[in-house]
Amino acid sequence: MKHLLTRYVLLPSALVGSLALYALTSKVGPPVPDADNAGLKLPAGFGALKVVETGARTRHLTITPQGNIYVKLNRPDKTGKSILMLRESSGGKAEVAGGFGNYGGTGIAVKNGYLYASSDQEVFRYKLDAKGEVINPEQPEKIITGLINRRQHESKSVALDNSGNIYVNVGAYSNSCQIKDRQKGSLGQQNCPILDSAGGVWQFRADKLNQTYGDGTRYATGLRNVVGLDWNTQANQLFVMQHGRDQLHDIFPEMYDVKQSALLPAECMYALKKGDNAGWPYMYYDGLQRKKMMAPEYGGDGKKEATGNFIDPAAAFPAHMAPNALLFYTGTMFPEKYRNGAFIAFHGSWNRAPEPQAGYYVVFQPFKNGKPAGEWEVFADNFAGSPEKVASGRADHKPCGLAQGPDGSLYVSDDKMGTIYRIVYAKK
Amino acid sequence: MKNIVALIGLTLCGLSASAQKKPAPKPKAAPATAVASSAAIAEGKAIYTQNCLSCHQADGGGVDGLNPPLIKTSYVLGEKPRIVKVVLNGLQGEDIDGEPYNNAMPSYDFLTDQQIASVLTYVRNSFGNKAAPISAAEVKAIRAANKK
Repeated sequence: MKHLLTRYVLLPSALVGSLALYALTSKVGPPVPDADNAGLKLPAGFGALKVVETGARTRHLTITPQGNIYVKLNRPDKTGKSILMLRESSGGKAEVAGGFGNYGGTGIAVKNGYLYASSDQEVFRYKLDAKGEVINPEQPEKIITGLINRRQHESKSVALDNSGNIYVNVGAYSNSCQIKDRQKGSLGQQNCPILDSAGGVWQFRADKLNQTYGDGTRYATGLRNVVGLDWNTQANQLFVMQHGRDQLHDIFPEMYDVKQSALLPAECMYALKKGDNAGWPYMYYDGLQRKKMMAPEYGGDGKKEATGNFIDPAAAFPAHMAPNALLFYTGTMFPEKYRNGAFIAFHGSWNRAPEPQAGYYVVFQPFKNGKPAGEWEVFADNFAGSPEKVASGRADHKPCGLAQGPDGSLYVSDDKMGTIYRIVYAKK
Repeated sequence: MKNIVALIGLTLCGLSASAQKKPAPKPKAAPATAVASSAAIAEGKAIYTQNCLSCHQADGGGVDGLNPPLIKTSYVLGEKPRIVKVVLNGLQGEDIDGEPYNNAMPSYDFLTDQQIASVLTYVRNSFGNKAAPISAAEVKAIRAANKK
């Protein structure tokens, strides 16, 4: 605490130095990809570098218009800080310039001169100055409080629209709303009570203090857990990536074999409108048949389709890969086809076991006029280090957050080793 | 499945003698059961694959932040009643050796005493672990004491 105060008292003089440094580095030219592209496999013309290796549990990250990078940590680091501020140094890399906040969490976003960051039950905001630096790191405004956190699906990921609203994921503290969570054969609770306060996305005002459930709106329900979400400015609509349910075989072995359990259900992207219901826990989406299926906890048998007024996914991806970040790319550095399309960071699967695991990569889903258009493709691969490490689930790095730099670079955070990657396009 | 049943039969024969010798459990295993039998290990592996592997993984390494590893943790290597009760009651909301794991483990009380003994004996002697085996009689006594 005292150290930070000292640092900020000294800020004016330090600032002169850092600004001079910034002026110098910005003349150095574009970021320089690492010789091995940071170990990543990328489409032709792209390069990557490791911006910094923090060694911390870096969840989501965001970048101010001035280029300052703020990274949310799942737990406070060794010095007790839970938000890291990175400042560009040279060649596109960055160094940790400071830290603040004493609460672990996932969500972080910059909007209209404020930095928003979440713990697992609250959302705070910090005013930024003209240089994109937090003015008072020890005294944020608490804008949302009292959100449910029962450990499972605890991430309170956030996104903001252009009308002064903030959207917060409140994940279901359950796999499939069984009477006994994850218990073999246990049926679903009728009128799943979890949905009152979780299993959906809540909308709050971005500028109002101490809001809780009563002040917000359950914007969309039937979403098991949404770690990645983003506002699409073309469609003027919230898009989310749901983590689909686990363990069909473990819980209902007579209906699902090990292989089906590894391949079902799809990880779904939803385009949300206020009042939408995506169907959890009553259904899951079968991406192979492209059908909404009745959950076995609620009368399904692996063949019955769901009944009920549930929305269809906007796009579907392979099962269990854990989409932890969604970002609509609005930059101009990347080629035209990427503009306004979606990047999705897949953290990687675990409950495909004993079948091989999958994910640990960033994919690109093309969009046209605010809607998915065309097949998704793997964009940045080999965060795991090798195909064997993907299959075993023992990945070296796990992509978790995405952010776009002022120049259009794509930043990826990894919460396994705390590495921050930067992907750039080198013009011909 | 047939294999599992056969293994259970085999292991029951192997362990019933020692179980009869020592019906009351003690914290330390009796000398007769100090080394895990290969039959118990084989049965335990089959039970692990069926019930535990999807969360704790084939290598026992668990999943970061979600499902705890079973490699040299105090829970796995420590006193038998605690680990037996985890299997009987499930576990949620507890840090394991200072690390949080946020998934819920359900109860596996539907497994027989022998199945729990075998799977825990397997876990305590796999993935680099080395700890005394657990007998069906020990599980039975812990289960009896566990009932409210």
